[in-house]
Amino acid sequence: MPTADLARLQSIARDCRVQIIRMLTHAGSGHPGGSLSVIDILTTLFFARMRYDPKRPDWPDRDRLVLSKGHCVPALYSVMAKAGFFPEGRLITLRKLGSPLQGHPDRVMLPGIEAATGSLGQGLSMALGMALGLRLDGRPSRVYCVLGDGETQEGQVWEAAMAAPKLGQPDHPLDNLCVILDYNGIQLDDFVKKVLDLEPVLEKWKAFGWPLLEIDGHDFTQITKALDQAEATRGRPTFIVAHTVKGKSVSFMENDPEWHGKAPKPQEGIRAIREILSVAEGDWPAYRQAHAETAAIVEELEALEKK
Amino acid sequence: MPAKASRAAFGEAILELGAQDPRIVIVDADLRKSTMTSAFAKAYPGRAFNVGIAESNMIGIGAGLALAGKIPFVCSFACFVVGRFETIRVSVAYTRANVKIVGTHAGIAIGEDGYSQMGLEDIACLRALPNIPIIQPADEIETKQAVAYAVEHAGPLYLRLTRQNLEPVSPPAYRFQFGKAVVLRPGGDVAILASGGPLFNALKAAEKLEGEGVRAEVVNVSCIKPLDEERIVGSATRTGRVVTVEDHSIWGGLGGAVSELLAEVHPTPVKRLGIQGFGESGDPKGLYAKHGLDPEGIARGVMKFLNR
Repeated sequence: MPTADLARLQSIARDCRVQIIRMLTHAGSGHPGGSLSVIDILTTLFFARMRYDPKRPDWPDRDRLVLSKGHCVPALYSVMAKAGFFPEGRLITLRKLGSPLQGHPDRVMLPGIEAATGSLGQGLSMALGMALGLRLDGRPSRVYCVLGDGETQEGQVWEAAMAAPKLGQPDHPLDNLCVILDYNGIQLDDFVKKVLDLEPVLEKWKAFGWPLLEIDGHDFTQITKALDQAEATRGRPTFIVAHTVKGKSVSFMENDPEWHGKAPKPQEGIRAIREILSVAEGDWPAYRQAHAETAAIVEELEALEKK
Repeated sequence: MPAKASRAAFGEAILELGAQDPRIVIVDADLRKSTMTSAFAKAYPGRAFNVGIAESNMIGIGAGLALAGKIPFVCSFACFVVGRFETIRVSVAYTRANVKIVGTHAGIAIGEDGYSQMGLEDIACLRALPNIPIIQPADEIETKQAVAYAVEHAGPLYLRLTRQNLEPVSPPAYRFQFGKAVVLRPGGDVAILASGGPLFNALKAAEKLEGEGVRAEVVNVSCIKPLDEERIVGSATRTGRVVTVEDHSIWGGLGGAVSELLAEVHPTPVKRLGIQGFGESGDPKGLYAKHGLDPEGIARGVMKFLNR
């Protein structure tokens, strides 16, 4: 990937991480860990891959994303705002009464959301149906589905996994579908390995008939390459196992099951933002002075604390 | 017109409608021979998908197809398809996906297969969801029109169909109207509100009651959700006594819906005839007799209710 493109994606993902922390801190509840693990994948999809028009969210030829792990929708809201689906200022209405930014995605309240998810295990089936419907109509659209790792403990995922490589064959194979597993290794109660180990993951999906790719889900070059490869694959949908770090870029959240579903308190949120921006504690006052946008976000959070 | 199962009428109707509207697709879960979609699948192999014995996935695929602009009919036994309630709840209802859910083998009248194959709580489950209408046609004419309506209806919808043959009850010029109940027989002493399988028996019961000096109005409530509130309140007002008849649990079905409505709008004594508890294996006629849904049972239930 050209250096400029890489730097652009890194910068967008950094901004989105800040927004994720900002909106969750305002909301006072939600899921930071998985939002931070999936954000590099969503950033790549929205800013280096998918075709869409934020002014026409119902454009029939758009590419679609089904975020099956619906609890990580703050990550999706952050990229959607960045992409122009709605103003960034609205992000802090997350989970508030009357906001279209529901705690888990609502397709009707927020145009651009493709499916209601949040009851885990259902997104892949819907993605299959979408991919099939688009193929039947000869549309060029691609469908992306992001699964959580713990989510694949749900039986419906395996019904869909078994069907996907066969559905639509031979005339309308679902090679317009690409599934990405956000393999961060942690679910609500504990580490996935401790609750119900998924291994061997690759062998399972392979046995179900999927072409497989395995990547670092925080490496934009690897993500992009895998998406290229998926797009070039004919006859079958592709499954990408993306190894990720839950809570990525915030030291005290990384790899800690505690941060699956707990919002940061204002001071924690501010510290998280500083870490995301890679600013040392000593340099923080100067950084805030030099960066008005960040300063405004931080001041908002400080004000929250006084409430 | 000979008796015909509403599942069979559905199979014929969808085959015909499929020729006119290429958006119609069918998703099955290995019960094509039972849900009567084989003819459609044969005529339009590119628009019929059998996903194997996986009803949740069937429903979800239906939702996705709907979101891509298709009009999918997802078909299985009423108990199996509605049994995947959580998938219907989020992938169809909350997603507002234009999926037509078809549940066949409604009620104890499926007979010998026994309780695990009987749809007895499906209406109760789907009544609780905000945006899924429930239609239970009572004969061939009504079924065919209801299927045509389902294609036109913007949004999800549930069609509850029978395995057993249904005697014709609708007048030849009948026009199905969404949300409307139809008086099939006038009478002022009691209103029998019936739906689906046992409706014919309710009419027969009304004949018997006439012999006992009771004039029973019989109403076909094919649209269980939304209810025809005006018609039902009107019947209750006219007769002062309401009996509901259904091949479904009396808890949460037509009887539940009517009771809730009347309790709030026009308090009226209501007797719910239907199934209580689990079903069981047996011949359909014998089962209806045992559960009081044959003409004699319904007439007996009405007489007891009226203290006669």
